[in-house]
Amino acid sequence: MSEQKTIRFIITRQDTADSAPYDEEFEIAYRPNMNVISALMEIRRNPVNAKGEKTTPITWDMNCLEEVCGACSMNINGKPRQSCTALVDQLEQPIRLAPMSTFPVTRDLQVDRSRMFDSLKRVKAWVPIDGTYDLGPGPRMPERKRQWAYELSKCMTCGVCLEACPNVNSKSNFIGPQPLSQVRLFNAHPTGAMNRDERLETIMGEGGLANCGNSQNCVQSCPKGIPLTTSIAALNREATMQSFRNFFGSDHAVD
Amino acid sequence: MMADNREFFYRRLHSLLGVIPVGLFMVQHLVVNHFATKGEEEFNQAAGFMASLPFVYVLEIFIIFLPLLFHAIYGLYIAFTAKNNVGRYGYFRNWMFMLQRVSGVITLVFIAWHVWETRVQAALGAEVNFQMMENILDNPFMLVFYIVGVLSAIFHFANGLWSFCVSWGIAVSPRSQQIVTYATLFVFVALSIVGLRAIFAFV
Repeated sequence: MSEQKTIRFIITRQDTADSAPYDEEFEIAYRPNMNVISALMEIRRNPVNAKGEKTTPITWDMNCLEEVCGACSMNINGKPRQSCTALVDQLEQPIRLAPMSTFPVTRDLQVDRSRMFDSLKRVKAWVPIDGTYDLGPGPRMPERKRQWAYELSKCMTCGVCLEACPNVNSKSNFIGPQPLSQVRLFNAHPTGAMNRDERLETIMGEGGLANCGNSQNCVQSCPKGIPLTTSIAALNREATMQSFRNFFGSDHAVD
Repeated sequence: MMADNREFFYRRLHSLLGVIPVGLFMVQHLVVNHFATKGEEEFNQAAGFMASLPFVYVLEIFIIFLPLLFHAIYGLYIAFTAKNNVGRYGYFRNWMFMLQRVSGVITLVFIAWHVWETRVQAALGAEVNFQMMENILDNPFMLVFYIVGVLSAIFHFANGLWSFCVSWGIAVSPRSQQIVTYATLFVFVALSIVGLRAIFAFV
């Protein structure tokens, strides 16, 4: 029998939110068709590092395992992506895993993505329909517009665009491309458009739209292929018009 | 309204001032410099005409110095809040993003020195003419400094035109942004020819 093939990992670990990160190497037996998550599960089954020392199992986030929930994002060989669709057979070894650096680390590869959910609340990324009585059906949306909007709705809040953006960092308060594109989505919805100006005002505030420096890394990195930079440029046009309306006054506040 | 939109206002003002008036002034300056290719007398006449414009102090303060100062200082703030990552994301636009910040800082150093060497010296009694530039560019180190400075200023302007078009929502779709990329590339090449021909006319 020939020597057994193995897979090598170098994983950036961190024991608590405040402790210093360190690298640990792992070597596991090769199986065909593995993804990074199945490899992490293999390590978890027998948490022994490459030196043969017993260690703690690695912590990471996961949920859907089919690239729609966004929870398992991490830096894999330097690029942020979902570990569920990162196939070991397609990766250069040793495979380097690290938590996304834009978000606070909870433990090992698990990060706290709350800032994105907070941003969604800030920009009111929903269609408000609650009232004291039944408002009836909303206006219809043209089918072709629905198909276009569906692409924007694919956002899974995975954080890859924020990780790739040079203007999202600890020195800046930029909210990043993800909530901006959601503003475009909900402003395009016939009912959502009734609060169009509120969302625009929010992203024209601190840390908003104007912080985009057009490096366009986001659109190159988005695993869902969302046209983030087109959304941002379209919002730039909207914001220009909104700032004129604010300054000169307008009787077209919403429509 | 303006109070809670301050950042938005400053960013848009920064973008606007870079083109109008600072960028337009730079183009005008390069064009006047180009008279040097026609000889000493032509250049001195053109430069003398610019210096003898009516209300020249008002023009200088409001069209050049104040907008330039705001653009430079706020631009430094923007440049140093970015965390460049071209190593990991080597895409064309990310390179342009990085080069825009680098060329901005180089241009600021160059302009500060250039203003000191010409405008400030003029205020102290020196005469700004063909002879002066000939003496400055006689030094090979200064010649290289001027070439790098002028090229980075032109690059910063041309690429800044692209981001101006995106930031104001003029170029929205990927195709329109692509077309503006080509247009601004042309601006860069054309102005570089104008700028370099003027520099080498003094050598």
